Order: sequence, then structure tokens, then C-alpha cells
Amino acid sequence: MAQVHFSAGLRELTGGAAHVEVDASTVRGLIAALDEMFPGIGARLSEASSVAIDGEIFTDAEYESVSDNAEVHFLDIFQGG
Amino acid sequence: MAITEENPGYKWVGTRPIRPDGLEKVTGKARFGADLVLPGMLYGKVVRSPHAHARIVSIDTSAAESMEGVKAVITGADFPDLSANGAHPSDIDVANNAIARDKVLYEGHVVAAVAAITREQAEAAAKAVAVTYEVLPHVLTVDEAMADNAPLLHEAMITKGVDPAPEEPSNIASKILHERGDLDQGFGEADAVVEREFTTKPVHQGYIEPHAAVADANSDGRAHIWCSSQGHFQMRAYTATVLGVSPGTLKVTAAEIGGGFGGKTVIYLEPLAVRLSQRAGRPVKLVMDRDEVFRATGPTSGTRIKVKMGVSKDGKITAAEVWMAYEAGAYAGSPVGAAGMTAIACYDIPNFVVEGYDVVCNKPRVAAYRAPGAPMAAFAVESVLDELARNIEIDPIDIRLANAAVEGTQASYGPKFPRIGFVETLEAIKEHPNYTAELGPNQGRGVAAGFWFNAGMMSSATVHVNENGTATVVTGSPDIGGSRQSMALMAAEELGIPYESIKPVVADTETVGFNDVTGGSRVTLATGAAVVDACRLIVEDLRGRAAKTWDVEVDQVEWVDGQAQHVDGAQPPLSLNDLAAKSGRTGGPISANASLNSRGVGAGFSTQLCDVEVDPETGVTRVVRYLTAQDAGRAISPDYVEGQMQGGVVQGIGWALNEEYIHDTEGVMENPSFLDYRMPVASDLPMIDCAIVEVPNPAHPYGVRGVGEVGIVPPMAAVGNAIHDAVDVRMTELPMSPIKVLEALNENDG
Repeated sequence: MAQVHFSAGLRELTGGAAHVEVDASTVRGLIAALDEMFPGIGARLSEASSVAIDGEIFTDAEYESVSDNAEVHFLDIFQGG
Repeated sequence: MAITEENPGYKWVGTRPIRPDGLEKVTGKARFGADLVLPGMLYGKVVRSPHAHARIVSIDTSAAESMEGVKAVITGADFPDLSANGAHPSDIDVANNAIARDKVLYEGHVVAAVAAITREQAEAAAKAVAVTYEVLPHVLTVDEAMADNAPLLHEAMITKGVDPAPEEPSNIASKILHERGDLDQGFGEADAVVEREFTTKPVHQGYIEPHAAVADANSDGRAHIWCSSQGHFQMRAYTATVLGVSPGTLKVTAAEIGGGFGGKTVIYLEPLAVRLSQRAGRPVKLVMDRDEVFRATGPTSGTRIKVKMGVSKDGKITAAEVWMAYEAGAYAGSPVGAAGMTAIACYDIPNFVVEGYDVVCNKPRVAAYRAPGAPMAAFAVESVLDELARNIEIDPIDIRLANAAVEGTQASYGPKFPRIGFVETLEAIKEHPNYTAELGPNQGRGVAAGFWFNAGMMSSATVHVNENGTATVVTGSPDIGGSRQSMALMAAEELGIPYESIKPVVADTETVGFNDVTGGSRVTLATGAAVVDACRLIVEDLRGRAAKTWDVEVDQVEWVDGQAQHVDGAQPPLSLNDLAAKSGRTGGPISANASLNSRGVGAGFSTQLCDVEVDPETGVTRVVRYLTAQDAGRAISPDYVEGQMQGGVVQGIGWALNEEYIHDTEGVMENPSFLDYRMPVASDLPMIDCAIVEVPNPAHPYGVRGVGEVGIVPPMAAVGNAIHDAVDVRMTELPMSPIKVLEALNENDG
């Protein structure tokens, strides 16, 4: 089960939950599972977030693998200069 | 000075050869955006709003169109209305920022453009475009914009990130929030607490080369654009969006670029030049004046930031509370998100709340500027940390070491850090002779640190081996910070041939695979990884060709020092030159492509030490000594790494001491020239000493992190902390100009 952590800004969509456990093998599957738990969060995560999996940040992570016990964080998108 | 974990024995990586673009630049042969001249080319001029906020009632172009030499006049009506097409809101903002449709949102906002045979004719015609405005009340700062009943820039803007969503529109585009632990408990455990409020002004990236674009449109709907930018693929995408065409109809060639620092990741002139060229049937060149660069292109945000932090007697930070509001300019999208994630990221803090607001106001839309958002937040946090260190009488490096993020620390923005080199940068400063150098009268010393994520993103590279054994390395990443040299050094290392035998080339959008922008300190990491991948494919190919030549299995062939060697020495070696000369017999030309979405980005940290001298009679602050230590992961090109480190510091010193946008009460910028917008020049500064720290990024073939941005994060706090050390005044407002320092000194005396 992946350990998914939400920033305080995302917790408005999770009923205040700071983290949940999700059974998924890819980020796409993980977001789909989260959208079932917290309807509406899928669109927000897909559109406006980077994803950190075990500390590595991805900008286009839809098909990235999520291993068992992976630590997943959704982050605000940021731009470099 | 370089501090490295290991010496891998590279032959080319880490050396300091002559830069590949040097000769053309010093002899004036390099062609920048404004240098191109095409047969029959017209000159364009942009018409800009004189008002900070106004509704466009009408635009009469008839007088301009009838003037001698005028071949085309365009307005917002000549572009598709993306808001009517269901486009993404961010695309609508890009289009409306390129040319206004209904409202102008800042002084300098484009309302029309003309093209004529001569520059003089174009300028006269631009003046003849008659625009009728209904002037609206404006807001220039986050305070004005966030006030109750403030005039609205966007009548439908509902703040995102607030639950429940507000029912009424405002100028607050979004809210961000990060929190951990128990703030009350954290402050309760503190032995010293400091709370301060800071303000910073918008500052410009200050690139020497103004924006320029030439477009040549064909009657079949295709067009060729030459422009100076940080990413010609992104210029193609944005321009296509604004024009409502497929990106494939546009070809963009990257001109040499005279600085960008994030500010040239944005389109301004390109869609206007294409549309004018289409209307006129001739090529059109548009070049901004310096005045236009200041008034209409992206500065970075002005901000208001409140910081409260507590520490225990042993120097551990027990709690941090940060509130920040960042100006976005005319459209949503300030870097407050990154500011919220970076503000306290250097430290392992158990209890914190970081809250931020993205606020629109009637100034130019902000653009990225080196580590966007982080420097302002660091000014506030690092100033408060300095004050806390003084309160509990602990060395400023030691308090940072006591709290420093290390591998495994849960970053304030969420994930755990992989291997990072923050502690090593702190130690590099403490061990440097500057840290204990004697200070003179009215002199003081300040320390500050900074963090930046760096980025990966998508890159492509092609490597061709020429018939004489030299190689051409083709990428699509505009070279703004020495990437051609870095690419050549890594290719030389991989292929085992001299650096001088590598020709690095930046190709147009039709000649090489897609590359994201040169930004986010990403090119040496990501495009470099693509070059390494392509070179390794070449080496595999060469081993196969040698095996074919010797009639042995490929596993009998090694590639060593630029030549194929039989593992048992059974055959005389074959050099790259030998194999290239006979490539026709072994399979044809030797070439390889590699494309990737980069993995394994390595975070960057910088710690800096500043000595200043403050004249108590004039308030003038002079930087007398400066040292910057930065974790480069691996310095592929130490010359360029030092250049990036020094450049970031110098821009930060300008931000700290001199630079600011000044507007009059009508929202008109009063200092849009380098005479009145004072950036530091070489004679203002001492040598910026560099300590390159090398804690290799384990995810990159050479250990590269990014180096282009984090160097600008600490300087404002380092300078401010040094001023405090020199004359015992805590500066909380940027720039720390002579008049403000004098005021602070007088308050202290009073």
C-alpha cells in the first residue's frame, strides 16, 4: 500500500486527512483510487500538482510506477527561472 | 576552490577549456535576436497603454493605415478570442497579456502593433493609432489589492485553495498552505522568539539584450520565427496558442541570447510579428526599447512577508510561522507556491505553518526570475534566524548546522530529501579564511542560506560522428549559461576524444527533438543526460563496428580513450577516426538520438558570507568581501559554475541595495531605464569568491545538480545581516538604499 501524504492546502479536499494508504501500481491508478475516496480530488491532482515518489519529484508522473510502501506527496507546481 | 567527495579521474569533465561560443561573441559575429535582416523586411512598433487599468472603448487604426510606408496594423481583434473557445485559463492569460482585448491591466500593456518600411514610419504610425480608454481605478501593491472593496482586475476571480470557496470575487487568485506539528507547543518550547515583517519591491531580471523577434509568414499558413528566448519550443507552443494554429505550422530558430534569468521563458513579440507578417506579406522585425522591457516584461513579485520563529537555547528551531503575499502582476501566477515550499526548506523544523497568497495587481505580469519566489522568502526567514542567533549568542553558521536538512529529513514541502549538500556548504563557509578575516570600522559580516529544487523535464540530443572522427552534438536548449561547453565536455568524456573535436550546436524546432525551456537549472542535468545517452549509443555502435572489422563478438571489444580495443590485445586498436573514415563499410553514417523526461533531479543549496561597510553619514552600503558556497553536485564546467554562482550573487546584491520598480500615483513606472533603475556594475563590487561544493547527485551519470538559480536566494539576507552586524539596524524593507539605512540609523539614535 502506497502511503499518500497531502499538503495542508489539499486537505480541504480530503476532509482534513493528512495521509491515506492506497493500493495502486501507478500514479494514474493512485489518483483514480483517491478520486473514489475523495470525489473531485482527481482533477485537482492531475492538473495542478507535481508528484514526489520516495523523494523524487516528477512533473509528468501519470504512468510512473508506485511501489508497495512508496511515500507519495502531491506538490504545487512551480516554475524555474 | 572546490570541495568534492571523490576524485573520479575525469579527463574533460571539470576542466576549464575555452568556451565554444567565445570567439563569435568577442568578434561581434554572434547573431542575437535583433541582428537578423531579411530581404524586404519591415519594421514593427507596438502601441502600449498609458494607463494602469482601463477599459478599451475603441481603437481607430484608419489614420495609421493610411500613412506612408505602413503595411499592416493589428489589434486584439486580429487574434482568436480564446475565452470564447473554451481554452485553458492560463492560455487565455498568455494571449491577453500578449495583446489586450477588452481591458488593459498595466501601463505598457499592448493594445496594437504596426509594421512599416522604415523604423521611423512604424513609430509615427504607432503614434497615430487612436485608442479611447475608460480609465478605471487601479491597485499597485498586495496591500491595495487585498483591501476590502479594492478595484477588481478580473471580475470573475474566485480565490482557489480556500474551503469553502469565497462567494465574492477578489484580487486574490489562490492561497497555499503548508503546516506540520503544533505551533503553540513549538513556540512554548522556545527560549527566544523573533517576529518581523518584511517588504520587497518588484525587480527586473535586467538582461542586457532587449526582447526581439523576426517573423516571416508564408501564404500557406506556415511561418518562421527567429527570436532570443530561453526555449524556442516553448515560444512555438505559446505563439501557436495565441494565433490559434498548430505548433507544427511554426518553425522557431533560437538566436543567441543576451541574458534571460527566467524572463525569456515568456512570449511577448512573437505572435505580433507573425500576425503583422501575415497581414503585410513580408517579414517583420520587432525589437523592444529598454523602456518597453521595463514597463511591459516580467519583473518578479513585490511582496509582504511576516515571519515568527522560535529557538531553544541550544539553537534548535522549535517553531516557524510564515505569512506571505506575492504580487502576480496583471494575471494569476506569482511564484508564491514555490516561495511557500522553499521558505524554511533548509531546516528541519518540527512545528510550522506557511501560508501564502497569489495576488493580482496593475503591474506587468511577473515572470520567472532565478529560483522564482525563493529569494524574498529567504530574505525574511534568514534575517529572523540571524536575529535569533544573536539573541541566544550562537554562531550564525552553528545555528544553521544545528537545524540543517540532511538526507532523510522530511522537507517542509513534503517528501524526504535524498542525498544533499547543505551541511557541506555551511562547513565550506566556516572553514574559509573570509569567515575570520578582520573587519574594519563600520564593517559587518552576514551569513545566509538558500534552497532551490532545480528541475528535470524533457530534453533531446543528437550526436553525429563526422568522417574525420570529430563529433557534432545537437540539442534544442538555448545556451544562456554555458550549456554548449557542458555538453561538449560530457560528450568528450563519453567518446574519449578531445573537447576541441566536439562541435556543440543549438538547433531549431524542426531539426532536433523537443526540448523544454532552458530554465529551472535543468539543462546540464537533463539535456546533458540526453547527450550522455546519445554518446553511449554511439559507443555501442562503434564497438559493433570494430567487432565486425575484426570478425569477433562485440563483447570482445572495449571502448577506451577514444578507441576500440580488443580485450586480449589481439588486434591493433581502432580509433574513432579509423572507424569514422570507413563507416560506409560497417553500416553507414554514425549517428544517435536520445530523448528523455529527466529523472533524479538533485536539489541545490547555497550558503553565503557577506562583509559590508556602511557609511553612517550617507547610509551608503558597500560590499567589501563576498563568499558563496554552493553544492553543484559535479561542476562539469567550473568556469561556468562559478559564473552562475557569481551572477546570482551580483543580481542579489542589486536586489538588496538598489533595484526597485518605482511607480507614480497613476501607476506609471517612473524609472524605466538603466540610468534610474540602478543595477550593480563591476566597479561597484569586490571579487565574488566561490567555493564549489561537490556532493554528487547519485541519479545523474556525472552527479550533476542544477547551479543556475540557488545563488540568488541568500544575498539579500546576507547583505541585511551584514548591515545589522555593522551598524546595529535591522533592515526589513528592500532595497536597503542609503536613505532607508539612514532612516533606520536615525531611528536607532532617536
